[in-house]
Amino acid sequence: MKIQKILNILTLLTGAIAVTSLSLWIGKQSYSWLPPQAAAESLLIDDLISFLVTLGAFIFLGVTSTLMYSVIFHRAVKDDFTDGPPIEGNITLEVVWTAIPILLVLWIAGYSYQVYEQMGIQGPSEIVHLHNPLGMESAYAEPKDAPANALAEPVEKIDVLAKQWAWVFHYPERDITSTELHLPSDRRIRLALKSQDVLHGFYIPAFRLKQDIIPNHAIDFEFTPIRPGKYRLTDSQYSGTYFATMQANVVVESPEDYQQWLAQAATQKPSIANNQAASEYAQTSHQSVQTGWVTVPPAAPPLVNSPG
Amino acid sequence: MTNVPIEGILLPDEKHNHESPSNWKEYFSFSTDHKVIGIQYLVTSFFFFLVGGIFAMVMRGELMTPESDLVDRTVYNGMFTMHGTVMLFLWTFPSLVGFANYLVPLMIGARDMAFPRLNAVAFWMVPVVGILMMGSFFVPGGPAQAGWWSYPPVSLQNPTGNLINGQVLWLLAVAISGVSSIMGAVNFVTTIVKMRAPGMGFFKMPLFVWAVFSAQIIQLFGLPALTAGAVMLLLDLTAGTAFFDPAKGGNPVMFQHYFWFYSHPAVYVIILPVFGIFSEIFPVYSRKPLFGYKVVAVSSMLIAVVSGIVWVHHMYVSGTPGWMRLIFMMTTMFVSVPTGIKVFAWVATIWGGKMRLNTPMLFALGALVMFVFAGITGIMLSSVPVDVHVNNTYFVVGHFHYVLYGTVTMGLFAAIYHWFPKMTGRMYSESWGKIHFWLAFIGTNLNFLPMHPLGLQGMLRRVASYAPEYQFWNIIASLGGFLLGMSTLPFIFNMVISWMQGEKAPANPWRAIGLEWLVSSPPPVENFEETPIIISEPYGYGKSERLTANLPE
Ligand code: HEM
Ligand SMILES: [Cu+2]
Ligand SMILES: [Cu+2]
Repeated sequence: MKIQKILNILTLLTGAIAVTSLSLWIGKQSYSWLPPQAAAESLLIDDLISFLVTLGAFIFLGVTSTLMYSVIFHRAVKDDFTDGPPIEGNITLEVVWTAIPILLVLWIAGYSYQVYEQMGIQGPSEIVHLHNPLGMESAYAEPKDAPANALAEPVEKIDVLAKQWAWVFHYPERDITSTELHLPSDRRIRLALKSQDVLHGFYIPAFRLKQDIIPNHAIDFEFTPIRPGKYRLTDSQYSGTYFATMQANVVVESPEDYQQWLAQAATQKPSIANNQAASEYAQTSHQSVQTGWVTVPPAAPPLVNSPG
Repeated sequence: MTNVPIEGILLPDEKHNHESPSNWKEYFSFSTDHKVIGIQYLVTSFFFFLVGGIFAMVMRGELMTPESDLVDRTVYNGMFTMHGTVMLFLWTFPSLVGFANYLVPLMIGARDMAFPRLNAVAFWMVPVVGILMMGSFFVPGGPAQAGWWSYPPVSLQNPTGNLINGQVLWLLAVAISGVSSIMGAVNFVTTIVKMRAPGMGFFKMPLFVWAVFSAQIIQLFGLPALTAGAVMLLLDLTAGTAFFDPAKGGNPVMFQHYFWFYSHPAVYVIILPVFGIFSEIFPVYSRKPLFGYKVVAVSSMLIAVVSGIVWVHHMYVSGTPGWMRLIFMMTTMFVSVPTGIKVFAWVATIWGGKMRLNTPMLFALGALVMFVFAGITGIMLSSVPVDVHVNNTYFVVGHFHYVLYGTVTMGLFAAIYHWFPKMTGRMYSESWGKIHFWLAFIGTNLNFLPMHPLGLQGMLRRVASYAPEYQFWNIIASLGGFLLGMSTLPFIFNMVISWMQGEKAPANPWRAIGLEWLVSSPPPVENFEETPIIISEPYGYGKSERLTANLPE
């Protein structure tokens, strides 16, 4: 009897250790499931994801291994048609089991809150004027332990115009337009997001950042790119027939290269940019056999200094 | 506490013969018997499950390659819109209502629903919804293409210029389905409150009844919002009003509030009855009482209440200010507390039991495991910073398919197998059932697990074409999808053959405890010769008590 008890505790202990170390390992792996970390915000978010994956793996493995154990060892013997022990409940166990998820939820929410505050990504400007304790306006003055420059005053202000189905970027200081989004690295960026027609979504997976763009709403969006390279901007809010084609290049470069690009683009005459939606539309509408249903025609391809 | 069945609710002319339906015709004609209506719901919704499945196969076919090459973009957009709509409004809702219809009166010892005619009318609106939806494929411009949530302004764009277009038909269909659901909700709530057998206090009701009760209460407070939103959108589309049209000064985000105020709770309207099914199945096949019965019952109600204040988690990035994002993050996360309690209760019920892995138990166990997975990705989604990254990506698609296929659809299959002998009077084939289970379980995971890495890498939902680096996981997902499609074949085969020539089923083939198992299989019209008098709690496994004072057991 005694030995049985010790054996049970040992099994439980081994199981717990195995589940814990496996979930820690899975949590570490989670970084490799994500795109390169190209913005300061992505460092924060990836840590949060890894934490949630670790915790989630622990819960999942805990529950499934308990179930698997039951499936293997608590099976009815072939001809045994009797019932199991009629246990209906156990108050202590139920209280503990309610307290655990409550504590976990508070922990997860607290950590998420902290990350969100450090990101300071802004939002729709009309509503931000409400001054309430959770205003979430970036407190530029106090960088805390946020990554370098994450909460600095934005230096680059760029207008983003979304339409069916193209992105147009306007650099107001030099009055340049482009279909490629160029950004200086390690500088706080503020985008003014606008839509000409329907809802669109500004999303750069490598930055882990996303914001819907709503017609007639002024939406400011802030972040800090940190890693030079070429990334993709996609439309994340379904915007009609050619939704999937609404993409653009994002080029993060050193501030010097960025200034050089601006200067060079300023010398160029505006020309018509390539646009996948427009060219697909032109093709299908000339087919003699129409397979597709009618669609909203794409907006005119943008006229830009730098067609990218 | 218990109410006696109301006199006079059953009209005398509806008490005809005491035989159960004996031929096919009765199942396909107007009937007010809750059991016939239940089966009508189940058969109709399963038909639409196959229709929605075909749309899904087309989509997974398109997504085998990065380019948009199998179907036109307009066709693809119509496919995902109709797939989502059909699966939600014509498969999960009506099939669960079908089970509720069949089981609730039996489980509470009533002879029928409180309003049998209303019940029949509510059912016959479902085929109307289906005809409108399918009819939209034949109007100029094709079916609705704005996604199952139909956000304006995309849903307000009408390139055909015709008044009869796919989007208008879609909105009409959704509104009718809402009316049908409201009728159903009134009927269920009345039936459960008023028609329980003597002795059946609220805390002696089976947990499936508790779950249906909670779910139908959500319908009552939520559906008016959805219906209002749909009507306003319809007016914008046809009469030129400007509720949501930004070009005329309307606010498209308002529509999202109307929509999600109902449509988040709607996911609990779907999942709660499945939780109820789990609570019925685990005790039978583990031969133990349900662990923590009262807590599980109350947690259904708690989920129904909390689900009313979480809708903004679908709108974190649609121009929602920070304070609101964080408040709704808290409420969303708190849903996991009553949910966690339930999961714990099921695991504790199974623990130390004498388990038999019949097909219903396999499906229920598989569904439970996949629900735990979905709950974990749900918590990740509720965290604002994580949602900012994965919102509208395949991560979300993976999450809700683990819920809607992994949990709800698998749970429905568990229920179909479990109550098949009761409903048809025949046994199904275990070996075909197990083949179905394994194909479906493997297919579900192959299909939906790869969606999580895809979403984390940034692949968007609702795209007909994608960057080549996403192809690998998409091929796996498509193969899993085709396997899932195939997994329904052994199921159909089993159901049809067994219904026609399966072994005759006894009244209680699983030795289960519950009123529905005390009547013959299939039960007679009006269920009980004399009203049962309940004298003990449900789930008395291992206690050898009598459930009723008067019925032979
Ligand atoms: C553990 C409980 C759950 C949590 C914490 C949870 C959380 C969430 C969150 C936060 C989203 C929004 C994600 C986004 O839009 O980016 C979401 C989406 C979704 N969830 Fe859940 N969920 C849970 C359970 C369910 C259940 C029970 C169902 C259905 C039966 C469900 C179905 C869906 C669907 C269909 C979507 C997608 C909506 C859309 O974007 O079209 N979820 N879930
Ligand atoms: Cu767009
Ligand atoms: Cu929701």
